[in-house]
Amino acid sequence: MNISFVLNGTEQRVDVDGNTPLLWVIRDMLNMKGTKFGCGKAACGACTLHVDGQAVRSCSYAVKFAQSKSVTTIEGLSQGDQLHPVQQAWMEEIVPQCGYCQPGFMMATAALLERIPHPTDEDIDKNIVNICRCATYYRMRKAIHRAAEIKQAQSNA
Amino acid sequence: MSNEQKPKSKSRRKFLVRSAIGLGVIIGGGALGLSPMRRFLAIAVDEADLAYSNDAGVNLWFEVLADNRILFHCPKIEMGQGAFTGLAQLAAEELKVPISMIEVVNSSTAKGPVDGFSTGGSNSISGLWVVLRELAATMREMLKNGAADIMGVNATSLQAKDGVISGNGKTMSYGEVVQQVTEWKEPEETPTLTQRQDWQLIGKPIPRVDLKPKVMGDPIFGMDATMPGMLYGSVARPTQVDVSFQGVENAAEVEKMPGVVKVVVTEDFAGVVAESKTAADLAKEALKINWKVNKVWQQAEIEEMIKVGSGKAFVIQKEGRAKRLLEEEGAEIMEAEYFSPMAAHAQIEPNGALAYVEADKATIMMATQVVGITRKEVADSLGFKEDQVELIPMYAGGGFGRRLHTPNAMQAAALSKAVGKPVHCFFSRKEEFQNDTFRPPTHHVLRGRLSADGKIEAFEHQVSSGDVAFGSALLPRALTAVAGADFGAWRGGLNQYKAIPNYRTVSWRVKLPFATSWWRSLGLLANTFAIESFLDEMAHKAGEDPVQFRLDHIADDERSRRLRAVIEATAEKGEWGKPMPEGRAQGFAASTDANTPAAHVVEVSIEKGEIKVHKVTCAIDPGIAINPDGIRAQSEGAIIMGLGASLFEKMEIKDGVIGPTIYGAYKMARMKHAPKEIDIIILENGSKPSGVGEPPLGPIGAAIGNAVFKLTGQRLRSMPMELS
Repeated sequence: MNISFVLNGTEQRVDVDGNTPLLWVIRDMLNMKGTKFGCGKAACGACTLHVDGQAVRSCSYAVKFAQSKSVTTIEGLSQGDQLHPVQQAWMEEIVPQCGYCQPGFMMATAALLERIPHPTDEDIDKNIVNICRCATYYRMRKAIHRAAEIKQAQSNA
Repeated sequence: MSNEQKPKSKSRRKFLVRSAIGLGVIIGGGALGLSPMRRFLAIAVDEADLAYSNDAGVNLWFEVLADNRILFHCPKIEMGQGAFTGLAQLAAEELKVPISMIEVVNSSTAKGPVDGFSTGGSNSISGLWVVLRELAATMREMLKNGAADIMGVNATSLQAKDGVISGNGKTMSYGEVVQQVTEWKEPEETPTLTQRQDWQLIGKPIPRVDLKPKVMGDPIFGMDATMPGMLYGSVARPTQVDVSFQGVENAAEVEKMPGVVKVVVTEDFAGVVAESKTAADLAKEALKINWKVNKVWQQAEIEEMIKVGSGKAFVIQKEGRAKRLLEEEGAEIMEAEYFSPMAAHAQIEPNGALAYVEADKATIMMATQVVGITRKEVADSLGFKEDQVELIPMYAGGGFGRRLHTPNAMQAAALSKAVGKPVHCFFSRKEEFQNDTFRPPTHHVLRGRLSADGKIEAFEHQVSSGDVAFGSALLPRALTAVAGADFGAWRGGLNQYKAIPNYRTVSWRVKLPFATSWWRSLGLLANTFAIESFLDEMAHKAGEDPVQFRLDHIADDERSRRLRAVIEATAEKGEWGKPMPEGRAQGFAASTDANTPAAHVVEVSIEKGEIKVHKVTCAIDPGIAINPDGIRAQSEGAIIMGLGASLFEKMEIKDGVIGPTIYGAYKMARMKHAPKEIDIIILENGSKPSGVGEPPLGPIGAAIGNAVFKLTGQRLRSMPMELS
């Protein structure tokens, strides 16, 4: 079937089986590799992206549900050279190790900050439930708090 | 550098210089020496000055480009451990350039040095510590010699700094030199390396060089590899262990499914090639494969095999007469058994490979920890010579030892050969969990005897483990006879308290009916869990403070002094023995691995029946700290990964099927489990750098268990640790 959606601000049309996971449409058909495959069962969060601003695990999200919606991936999180506060904080805290799961974590965090601008440690524990095998959680927690500060400072400016 | 060292260095470094189409200078190192066979193979693995040969004849380490960038073709892969950054610091230090001028790229086997061994064992930095700096220093001198000729001055009047050569009032950038030089002159002797007090980059907490690409989501991983016209492959893998492939019933039928290009059946496996990932997976699921079941295995049978006393025993450490003292009639002997389970690597990026096999050459793009071995396996499987296969390593989305075993590259190549197009092929998560090269389960028996004054008179550790190093492509079969006991299995299993007068370590080797292999730190976590928990038992029995008890049994050689310093620093910074709030307790443990001692003080409570770790203080001594921030990052990650392994992780076999097969069911550390406070103290009491990626993982299990004992009186002797 023909499906169209906006990906990182650009209209995309694909002709594909509507049940194909959004992840593979984006990675293989549209050649955007920032969104990662981890488990295919929505259990690890490596494939997290935004659909209309909501964090979605795209390995288990049929592309037909993205029809006419706005999809944002890690490649679209920054505005040109201006990094998203989450990416800035990730740079400052030097969070990534292998880095493979990090786009999913950053997308999950960016969505969390829209809902809860200043998450507590408990909010982070409850909401950031992706898996990082390098176990960068210690720095990630610091980076999430830092991202909240950067975002606040930007909206005040 | 002393006179004695110069001839040796000169004789073992041979340089090739090639002009790269007017773009710059290429420097290669030939004929690097192999270390002699050591008494223990384990030492060779940790310390070897590895050979990086490349029969393609280029062996390119550095390229200086006209725009003054320097490409460093790195023979070690980057899997999160920070090797690219640490090695870039070593190179930049001697090249006299800012780190920003160096661009680290994965060394393709068609161009650069090929690591004939592996990225692993925490030896990337230590193995290249001297070699890489000498190569970089030599290139710097060649650039100076070139500049001297162009400027018409003596090279000794020139200085290299920040990528610029200056002297006699003139300056040239490296990029300018490489564009103008006509004849490259190698220095007559290997240059003297920069002295420690003059280091500008070594020892600095430089942000990792791959930080930005990883924050931007750049396509750098094996999974992200593409080629024009690429198709998607999927290989059928058994869900059960100890089965053999017997063929496919419905290949022709499956080949008619939508999107399917070909069903490929070889002697060993069956796979499909399709136009999309989804079509390939659907077709693979539809294959009716005959698996011959050799035996249906159960968990109890595995546990019975992994038992001290069964299999083959190797005495790997012996001092005094421990055995006699521990078997003396009437003596009071302490004895305890410890267990660790089978565990999965569970790295988030699945194994996979992109292969393109043409008539007389093949190209492979993938994340592998064994670049040279993978290339050889692919070449052999295709009937090619090694230099007909180009392996382009990609960033690895986690390694932890899982990418030391890469037959999937041969499978991808077979699929590509069958269709004549590039084929990308990778594991599903279920396949990863069921076809892992598992961390083997272990069983430990510890015995100890205290003297009248409360010191350890005799100590014995016996460990039974499935193979770790044995059976891997890294260890040719001929060498297993030399090595005897599996050094991977007993890593961390040796007694490190050498002031104990009588001690003995015995390794029992067992071959399990499924693949077991290296898992970050090999046997370190399990062995340290057993030894350091039992030492705690002995300290309590002796009525001694556990930290003081350890210090009382440390000898006075260099290795022991470094261990002592780490224990003392951890205890001090972690405020060992301070009054704790109600419901909290401290635990302590230490280990030495890859020549790096590490110790932990943990603070633990029990919340809703679960063990909660609030704070970890860790001192670690990597000899010389190349990048303190990288060492902190590795330590933090190792601590939390080890915490998860100690408290949650466990694979089991039922009716021949290993599970669980998905995250969640396979419980691992998540954000909520990570300690809110982690304090890393870095000591530098060595004369050269030692490993960092694995050593800080060692003590965590025992430290947690020891804290739980203090808190509850329960001695937890089995991982994953659960309160009863």
